[in-house]
Amino acid sequence: MDIAAQSIEGGFVDPVFDAQTVFRTVMDAMARPGSVQPLPAFARPPAPLSATAGAIALALCDNDTPLWLDPALQASTAIKSWLGFHTGVPLANTPADAHFALIATPAEMMALDGFSQGTQDYPDRSTTLILQVGDLVSGSPLLLEGPGIETSATIAPAQMPRHFVEQWKQNIKRFPRGVDIILATADGIACLPRTTRIKTMEA
Amino acid sequence: MTAQPKDIATYNFAYLDEQTKRMIRRAILKGIAIPGYQVPFASREMPMPYGWGTGGVQVTASIIGPGDVLKVIDQGADDTTNAVSIRAFFKKVANVAVTTDTASATIIQTRHRIPEHPLTAGQVLVYQVPIPEPLRFLEPRETETRKMHALEEYGLMHVKLYEDIAKHGRIATTYAYPVKVEGRYVMDPSPTPKFDNPKMHRSPALQLFGAGREKRIYAVPPFTEVVSLDFEDHPFEVQTFDQPCALCAAENVYLDEVILDDHGGHMFVCSDTDHCEKRRNAPTSPLWGGRAEGAGGGLDQSTPHSTPTPALRADPPHKGEGKEKQ
Amino acid sequence: MYVAVKGGEAAIANAHSLLADRRRGDRSVPALRLDQIVEQLALGVDRVMSEGSLYDRELAALAIAQARGDLIEAIFLVRAYRTTLPRFGYTKPIDTDNMLVERRVSATYKDLPGGQLLGPTFDYTHRLLDPELAAGGDVAEPLQRETEAQAMPRVSAILAREGLIEPDGEMPQDHIPGDITREPLEFPMARDIRLQALSRGDEGFLLALGYSTQRGYARNHPFVGEIRIGEVELELDVPELPFAVPLGTVRVTECQMVNQFKGSAKAPPQFTRGYGLVFGQSERKAMAMALCDRALRATELGEDVTAAAQDEEFVISHSDNVQATGFVEHLKLPHYVDFQAELDLVRRMRAEYDARENPVKAEEKREAAE
Repeated sequence: MDIAAQSIEGGFVDPVFDAQTVFRTVMDAMARPGSVQPLPAFARPPAPLSATAGAIALALCDNDTPLWLDPALQASTAIKSWLGFHTGVPLANTPADAHFALIATPAEMMALDGFSQGTQDYPDRSTTLILQVGDLVSGSPLLLEGPGIETSATIAPAQMPRHFVEQWKQNIKRFPRGVDIILATADGIACLPRTTRIKTMEA
Repeated sequence: MTAQPKDIATYNFAYLDEQTKRMIRRAILKGIAIPGYQVPFASREMPMPYGWGTGGVQVTASIIGPGDVLKVIDQGADDTTNAVSIRAFFKKVANVAVTTDTASATIIQTRHRIPEHPLTAGQVLVYQVPIPEPLRFLEPRETETRKMHALEEYGLMHVKLYEDIAKHGRIATTYAYPVKVEGRYVMDPSPTPKFDNPKMHRSPALQLFGAGREKRIYAVPPFTEVVSLDFEDHPFEVQTFDQPCALCAAENVYLDEVILDDHGGHMFVCSDTDHCEKRRNAPTSPLWGGRAEGAGGGLDQSTPHSTPTPALRADPPHKGEGKEKQ
Repeated sequence: MYVAVKGGEAAIANAHSLLADRRRGDRSVPALRLDQIVEQLALGVDRVMSEGSLYDRELAALAIAQARGDLIEAIFLVRAYRTTLPRFGYTKPIDTDNMLVERRVSATYKDLPGGQLLGPTFDYTHRLLDPELAAGGDVAEPLQRETEAQAMPRVSAILAREGLIEPDGEMPQDHIPGDITREPLEFPMARDIRLQALSRGDEGFLLALGYSTQRGYARNHPFVGEIRIGEVELELDVPELPFAVPLGTVRVTECQMVNQFKGSAKAPPQFTRGYGLVFGQSERKAMAMALCDRALRATELGEDVTAAAQDEEFVISHSDNVQATGFVEHLKLPHYVDFQAELDLVRRMRAEYDARENPVKAEEKREAAE
């Protein structure tokens, strides 16, 4: 399939209701950190952008939200034109300008503090990171506590960024500034808002 | 004339256009990630006046889907005119199922009350907020209050509450009683009576707040610390009523005073109409709080009038800001 | 036995059908048509377009009819419709230098290139009620002459030649004009945002504030450099085309106030400016806007902020009449719950007061109650 056709196809079949379903799933996941919310494939973006991450981008991004792509996604013209066609999203010049960031290979990603952290006055002006991960069970387990979690929750996302637990501690220290993370697997999502505290578990 | 009214009267699902919904949805996610922080959003003009629930309506319109069941209350009642009007609006523009039953609603939009029936995980409570800034009555300038929040400088609020105590012997704030969320942001709970404040604390439901005219959205995720501001020697207390509901006999619920005649005759009835009706239809069910049969959570049953914990809450009202922290 | 009030839905429906009846009024009187409103209540239509921020005469006329002539209600109707419209893009800035002028007056020069044009003005009419209008008499056709292709430079440009007036404000190179309908307000704000807010601000509110500056609350020595009313061209840049696409014309009123300024630490002695621009024909609004704009530039020009009209957060937070009317009128919504909370508090405090101040009476009262 040529790039032009690829960029036009694979969007939401029903833009209004698909966007609502995807958003609601993200909202539930953000409100209940560590809970895994199933999300069937609503979008068919060009590889290596995953269906789940692509659907989240369609649901949340538009021409008001500069988007940063990691090198693996940046390299694909097809992905850029797919996102451009379906959302009108502009690409951010630097990670620090990005409202959203799509990360296909979290294990190789830059440090979390390279993204926009918001300001003390406007902590909402920060980057929301969408990380594509293989699954939420095969990595090192993370014990989670904080708002949205009744007692504790556990996820074990695979292929997480290097020194993630240490980086996340720094992220928490910056509160109310900081980034929020959406972890996207092939069929579900889980979220780590900046309020979630991680206690590593001995595996 | 070229403009035919019928031509223009076509609106998107839930009235808002998709770009507006996306903008509001992004603000909601930020609000959830920063509990109690007021996220500025580009509030739209809605087909009802500012101050009449446009913030709550925009939040509801942005989250609602065809599978939702919506309940709308004003003053705790499903049948107050503005609640009826907002419910009719969503029936018309989103064609969603509506209910008055608190337990079966997935989204509850409210003005001034939190339902008496405990909320559950998966429910979303959407508050209509007139003035989202808890510091506004102390400092009218946004430029100043934003700084105070940024620096976590809430001394002014404590001074105000303490002045009340010095002057009146008690904190003279009865509704919109300020709370601190997760130990960081001081937040306005909207003009709910302080009676409802304890229900916000570690609620299993997601609580979203929309202030349309003031263009702010904020949130309290489930199971989040929400502590009413108070002092060691003047702990936070909720309102008490000397008599039960005259219709359903519920105690430990919030009551409206109804004037019966012009000779001082009055009675007190449940402000939560759904709760009251359910109790009247099934007065013996322990589910619905009231008298002695096991309801009332941590109530000391020997002194029914003195410990005004809302029905069915397992945790007593927390005393003292920060004391319960972790 | 008390029964809770029910039937809100029916009550609302009945109220609205009564409203429809009253709106129509006596059925033996012909119903107003929208074209009659557009043609004969044109300044009301202009105000609704201007403060409704939507240039569409028919819709404004519909709103006025639907609102029974309540212009703020009509503005609200237009805004609530406008907010649902998709954006196609932003036009190029309008060029009022090239306006097809119908009225142009300057208070600063007796004569100037392009001349003074009175146009369709209430000025110098004697405010005597006209019985002939009531009788529906015919109105003669106006006198018109062919427009001469004479340039009509703006007074600000004439003063600029001498270097005595500040230049047109320049935004930083990378500044993208804001849009108050798409972004939440933030204080302090750039002038582009502030002018947008003033342009849709309530005429009465801005008029009162402008008036207050004349009476010494932030006096800024204004002269009407120029007011011009007429049609300007709208053009849209389309990426695929090498030229801007003309979309049509809109009628606007522009006012440039020229204000004497003695200079400050930030700026030399010179004339400064206040700017007003609104849809349609509304000199009062454009002038009030220009006075407020100038007053709100106090900080920028190094003046002391001493009066309400100079206080940006105060003025802009309260200038929108759709917001203001909503919040003032929301007080009629039920507040039983908060009132009950206050009632309970006042009763308790009053009982304590009585016990303290007048123990005997309080005791009697208590006994009587029992």
